[in-house]
Amino acid sequence: MKKVQNVLLSGVGGQGIILASKVLSVGLIEAGYDVKMSEVHGMAQRGGSVTTQVRFGEKVYSPIIGLGQADILVAFEKMEGGKWLEYLNPNGKMVINDFKIPSAPILAGDVLYPEGIIAEIKTKIDDVIVVDGPGLAEEVGNPKTMNIAIMGSLIKALGLDEIVDWEKVIGKVVKEKFIDVNVKAFNVGMAQVK
Amino acid sequence: MKYLMTGNEAVARGVYEAGVTYASAFPGTPSTEILENVVLYKKDITAEWAANEKVALENAIGASVAGARSLAAMKHVGVNVAADPLFTYTYTGVNGGLVLVSADDPGTHSSQNEQDNRYYAKFAKMACIEPSDSQEAKDFIKEAYEISEKFDLPVLFRMTTRTCHSKSLVEFGERDEVGVKEYIKEVNKFIAAPANAKTMHPKVEARTIELEKFSNETKLNRFEWNDKKIGIITSGVAYQYSKEVFGDDVSYLKLGFTYPLPMEKIKKFADEVETLYVVEELEPFIQEHLQIAGIKCIGKEVIPRVGELNPDIIAQAILGEERETVHISDDKKVKRPPTLCAGCPHRGLFFELAKRKDVMVTGDIGCYTLGYTEPLNTIDTVICMGASISMGHGAAKAFERKGIDKKVVTVIGDSTFFHTGINSLITTAFNKSNTVNIILDNRTTGMTGHQENPGTGYTLQGDISEAINIPDLVRAVGIKHVITVNPLELDEVNKALNVAFEFDGPSVIITRWPCALKKFTDLDKEEFDLTRKVYKVDPDECKGCKICIKTGCPALAFDVKSDKAVIDPLQCVGCDVCAQACPFDAIKKVGE
Repeated sequence: MKKVQNVLLSGVGGQGIILASKVLSVGLIEAGYDVKMSEVHGMAQRGGSVTTQVRFGEKVYSPIIGLGQADILVAFEKMEGGKWLEYLNPNGKMVINDFKIPSAPILAGDVLYPEGIIAEIKTKIDDVIVVDGPGLAEEVGNPKTMNIAIMGSLIKALGLDEIVDWEKVIGKVVKEKFIDVNVKAFNVGMAQVK
Repeated sequence: MKYLMTGNEAVARGVYEAGVTYASAFPGTPSTEILENVVLYKKDITAEWAANEKVALENAIGASVAGARSLAAMKHVGVNVAADPLFTYTYTGVNGGLVLVSADDPGTHSSQNEQDNRYYAKFAKMACIEPSDSQEAKDFIKEAYEISEKFDLPVLFRMTTRTCHSKSLVEFGERDEVGVKEYIKEVNKFIAAPANAKTMHPKVEARTIELEKFSNETKLNRFEWNDKKIGIITSGVAYQYSKEVFGDDVSYLKLGFTYPLPMEKIKKFADEVETLYVVEELEPFIQEHLQIAGIKCIGKEVIPRVGELNPDIIAQAILGEERETVHISDDKKVKRPPTLCAGCPHRGLFFELAKRKDVMVTGDIGCYTLGYTEPLNTIDTVICMGASISMGHGAAKAFERKGIDKKVVTVIGDSTFFHTGINSLITTAFNKSNTVNIILDNRTTGMTGHQENPGTGYTLQGDISEAINIPDLVRAVGIKHVITVNPLELDEVNKALNVAFEFDGPSVIITRWPCALKKFTDLDKEEFDLTRKVYKVDPDECKGCKICIKTGCPALAFDVKSDKAVIDPLQCVGCDVCAQACPFDAIKKVGE
């Protein structure tokens, strides 16, 4: 793969996005890609928006991308997906978790959580994969595995499912007692994408 | 074998490989993880948190004078605090090599300004090195120690948020066991008394000329010759962005050693290329030097001076490439500001303080800065570390002279109090103002991710240490009215505020409860009841008054359809603050 692929992962602090990005990065390195990854720390994490970027290919220079440059946008939370849409190449793909995390003004009852986000995105982007994250995590029996389930969908959507043994990669990244449940979540997530 | 590492992890590895034996720092985003990773090599390196950046640098200077290769690491604004020792250690020179890592924050991801610390190198007359990725961060640190010892000066190692927090592949090397140099008492070198300083300054100027020669020779500054229609001079992560945009279609002068600049190499490069661009983040530091030398170039005329760069910004600026984008409509976006966490011990204090009218509240740097946001809205000012107490004192004096009856309250965290707040409080006690000074003691350094500090009872290396007794400390500086409260008990907080507001003279209230996200220590478990509880709203009792919502807890939501508050049981940690705030006793502990 000569052309560098840009993945932008977006969501909310506490959703496990950094860990999920690590699974992706470790797998890509094992498959022999050059990889760069960027993440946010500090105050931004206190319940605010969190994004990470993973870029991979034969040779990667920049650790970050600009507007309209993501080949695939992954939204772990749907309003965040809408917010970061401007970073997606209009011909790119999107994986969006049909899951709401209300932000402070919504919690305070000042505004309602916006409806119709996914429907509007579908009018603008042709290739949208909607994942029922909470449903998948329930199937697995642990709500905290939602992040890895979505990674399963992403990796399948990118056509990377065969590049390495992802179960082994997960084994390296997550704590030992959570390996089995995360492997299960990963496989359930992969099965969502045809 | 290559490892995927952040720049901060790579710096730590480089420090290990360079044979460093002493490292000191004060936590600050984006620099914090440097020392957290240096401590992984504690068998070979003593790694410590200092009370502030000035102390950290002085610790490192002491180790350097004693003969050790030493490190000080801090965020950009920390260098302001450490500037005093820095500007003279560049005069005296070193014994063991000394590197100061400055982690700048273009884009103010987690900072109060976006100053460009390369100017410190020029101002303090020291060498400046800028890596562009993690491999360079590791390799250049080793070079930095060689340069420090060869030219007898401290080296400024300038990182940015992206070089600190982006990950790229790193190949390791072996540790150079350089050992610790012999310490020889040299009063003419290490006593910067006026008579000595007079003789040091000309040596510093001569050294800068030698350093510029080195800058022209070192492989840290290198040409990448391709087509010569466009030439780009660049440094730091801006090099990676430029390569992303132009690949091998243009020529580069890639600078890793950015002060003193390699003016001969720059002139040669400028002569060879048709159009010369300078691509650098933040200030036109490199560009100004070219302009002084009369070299025609394009820099900040097209490249933004404000904020963080990325490849797209550079492509737009130089190639005029406008990328196609799609947007979601505005009605589908709601802001997601950071908030104090569920169970945060600062909430109770701010909730009560917010009820007081006609007060000025000076704030400080930490998670509790968020006390200024909706719905708490309590803090009026935040400038820098430690400023709450001292600004509050100045404001109180100004109000007093003008005959304005306005109470001034100052709010500061435990770690920030130890950083520089203590100096401010000494001044307040000395000059006496009727300020109410509140120290939010959450038993850790919260915002940067739970580092030990002089109040926690543990060190960075995991050893048990003396924990500062804050009440004793503030009494010792001359504060007569001191009270410690549990901030989760609203009545207690309110009473303490009433008494302090009436007290004639400066007072201190300490709110003591551990951060809700902290990994509790044995000491915490001994002192506090930390069993997790969960609360729920009884919908029959809830009148929909929204008073609980004013606590700003992310575990609480107001359901517009039912006109009632609801608690998310997954987020609630049972701090009880909302239950006390509720005037109808509608919030109850689950299971009671």
